[in-house]
Amino acid sequence: MNQRNGVSCVSGLNTAPPEASTGAAGENCPLEIRDRIVRTIYREAEAIAARAVRRDRPCGSWENKVDDLLTSRLLGFPLMFLLLGAAFWVTLVGANYPSQLLAKALFWGEGRLAELLTWLGAPSWLHGLLVTGVYRTVAWVVAVMLPPMAIFFTVFALLEDLGYLPRVAFNIDPLFKMAGTQGKQALTMSMGFGCNAAGVMACRIIESPRERLIAMLTNVFVPCNGRFPTLIALASIFAGPAAGPFAATLTVAGLVLVGMLITLLASWLLSRTILRGEPATFILELPPLRPPQPVRVLVRSLLDRTLFVLARAVTVAAPAGALIWLLAGTSLEGQSLLARGAGLLDPLGRAMGMDGFILLAFILGLPANEIVLPILLMGYLSTGTLVEVESLAALQNILVGEHGWTWLTALCTMLFSLLHFPCGTTLLVIHRETGGIKWAVLGALIPLAAGCLTCLAVAQGVRALGLL
Amino acid sequence: MPQATDLRKMFNIQPDPEAALVALAGNPNTGKSTIFNALTGLRQHTGNWPGKTVLQARGTFIFRGHKYILVDLPGTYSLLANSAEEIVARNFLCFARPDATVVVADATCLERNLNLVLQVMEITSRVIVCVNLMDEARRKNIFIDTECLARELGVPVVATAARSGQGVAELKAGIDDLVRGRIVPTPRRLVYDPEIEDALTRVEQQIPGEIKELFNARWLAMRILDNDRSTLDNIRQYLEPAEWGVLRERFKYCPT
Repeated sequence: MNQRNGVSCVSGLNTAPPEASTGAAGENCPLEIRDRIVRTIYREAEAIAARAVRRDRPCGSWENKVDDLLTSRLLGFPLMFLLLGAAFWVTLVGANYPSQLLAKALFWGEGRLAELLTWLGAPSWLHGLLVTGVYRTVAWVVAVMLPPMAIFFTVFALLEDLGYLPRVAFNIDPLFKMAGTQGKQALTMSMGFGCNAAGVMACRIIESPRERLIAMLTNVFVPCNGRFPTLIALASIFAGPAAGPFAATLTVAGLVLVGMLITLLASWLLSRTILRGEPATFILELPPLRPPQPVRVLVRSLLDRTLFVLARAVTVAAPAGALIWLLAGTSLEGQSLLARGAGLLDPLGRAMGMDGFILLAFILGLPANEIVLPILLMGYLSTGTLVEVESLAALQNILVGEHGWTWLTALCTMLFSLLHFPCGTTLLVIHRETGGIKWAVLGALIPLAAGCLTCLAVAQGVRALGLL
Repeated sequence: MPQATDLRKMFNIQPDPEAALVALAGNPNTGKSTIFNALTGLRQHTGNWPGKTVLQARGTFIFRGHKYILVDLPGTYSLLANSAEEIVARNFLCFARPDATVVVADATCLERNLNLVLQVMEITSRVIVCVNLMDEARRKNIFIDTECLARELGVPVVATAARSGQGVAELKAGIDDLVRGRIVPTPRRLVYDPEIEDALTRVEQQIPGEIKELFNARWLAMRILDNDRSTLDNIRQYLEPAEWGVLRERFKYCPT
């Protein structure tokens, strides 16, 4: 805003009628004056400190140089995406082989479990429930999710331990300010990459209630631990084989970028509609960069994250597997309940580039995002002809061969995974932190609407353009 | 028109003509609580995460036969009312009007801490700056010229390393000198750009005289100019309805 606007605002304070004066001032004036006030104070503080403080360590120390580079206007963003991309690339390349090995081992285990049950003389329903229902789901969760998680969380924890995340917040701060909120949201967003429930809880660091609500409602737009494995698995199946891990890396990094852009867009929309106001100025302390401690990082990322997420996935997936096996086995008028549910959702799913089973999986996956892919597989396996799956490549067979997935299906599923209601835990945390059911409902509806609209637009657009 | 003692009662401070009221302000993590303990000898614990109720620790100490009530304000980076902590700290400084305000600053990152010092000096001139963590700064090869700093700021400056008790006696003496009027600070005034300065003068002239006695007029003018609702709404609570009416009428201010 130029200086003349400032003058008219200042004089307008005395002449305009009350409503108009506060209305106009509320939108344009205070932010500009506040910025000028803050700038004067900072400049003065800098001048005084320059005279009264002497440092023997020159400013050109390596820490400062690295910091200048990481937070530079020109290189800050490219470096950020390079680091993020590197993290995904390492994950995708590194996870492939162990995944196959694990899948082989676990499905060998399935055979032994089946033999054991036969030897014990278990009835066939129990056999089906335990082997086809519970064990296979759990095996899938472990085989598909464990290796990428173990690698990605370790790499991410290394960046965290290095002190890189506050630098990310520093880089993104101007963008959030443009969106009408503040840069601390970049910190809570970074935490959301770990777990959205934790990210929402972290919103306590934002003092202004308006900005805290915006940060809470938009936290779900970045993929959490529970969704990364889904994104990584789908990306490596659909972008991997043809173009190698590089394309898969770009896909996941691109999705994260989309999530961040939608975070900004949603924040902007919210701060202009139901949560109007001006962003508060804040001081972001950049803790010193320090060399990471590899052992601690490894232990913490494996214990606190990998095992935690895996345990959560398995504990929810096991009963869910049993439930789905039952739904698939219970028939009503000659059709299983699962197929009926999926059939009901099918038209909607197709319109959004997916199918009924995928939508059903997202709905049944409300307790934890980790189980969306396992539920989907259970649904597919219960209706398909494949009895046993032996490797990740077989997953591609189920999706493409048996259920007609295209790259559009994969893309829309990944987008919907990125943009849909948060898991039950996150919704409970929003409810608890805001003390109202209203914000929790909005917290589910806003991302759901964003996801439906995005998938509809992408699916219809691709079909209209005849790209498929 | 409320009297100063009435205003203090709102902060649960009983009028005591013998005791002087001293506020302790500062950024978070500057060792403010350590200074508080060193001055009062009172063991207390304060956490500093947001979301927790904003508490004010209080204690007393006697120096050269005079009684002092010390109030530990929440740690804040500014007084521009971005948070509950900042509102509590700002309200205390404006409305309880302490006889002296100690601003604790971290010697290892003085520049950032000076932002708060400058803002406190806009509200009250009875400021003494306590540059703490001098030992840590020395280890990091950072040297603070406290005389130069005092000259630049126009208020007394005391260097401390509160964890080892260094400088605490000097700080007490400085507070005493300030309260007894042996030192009269002339705080450096922040000069804004000409446009803001012009507007400030105009607004200042329109503030009624009685209200000027209660608040620093220049500071109040700045808040009106900034349309700082949080401050203005709080001022309303501390004024009689008639006075507030005059202020509101003159500045066409609509409370939230």
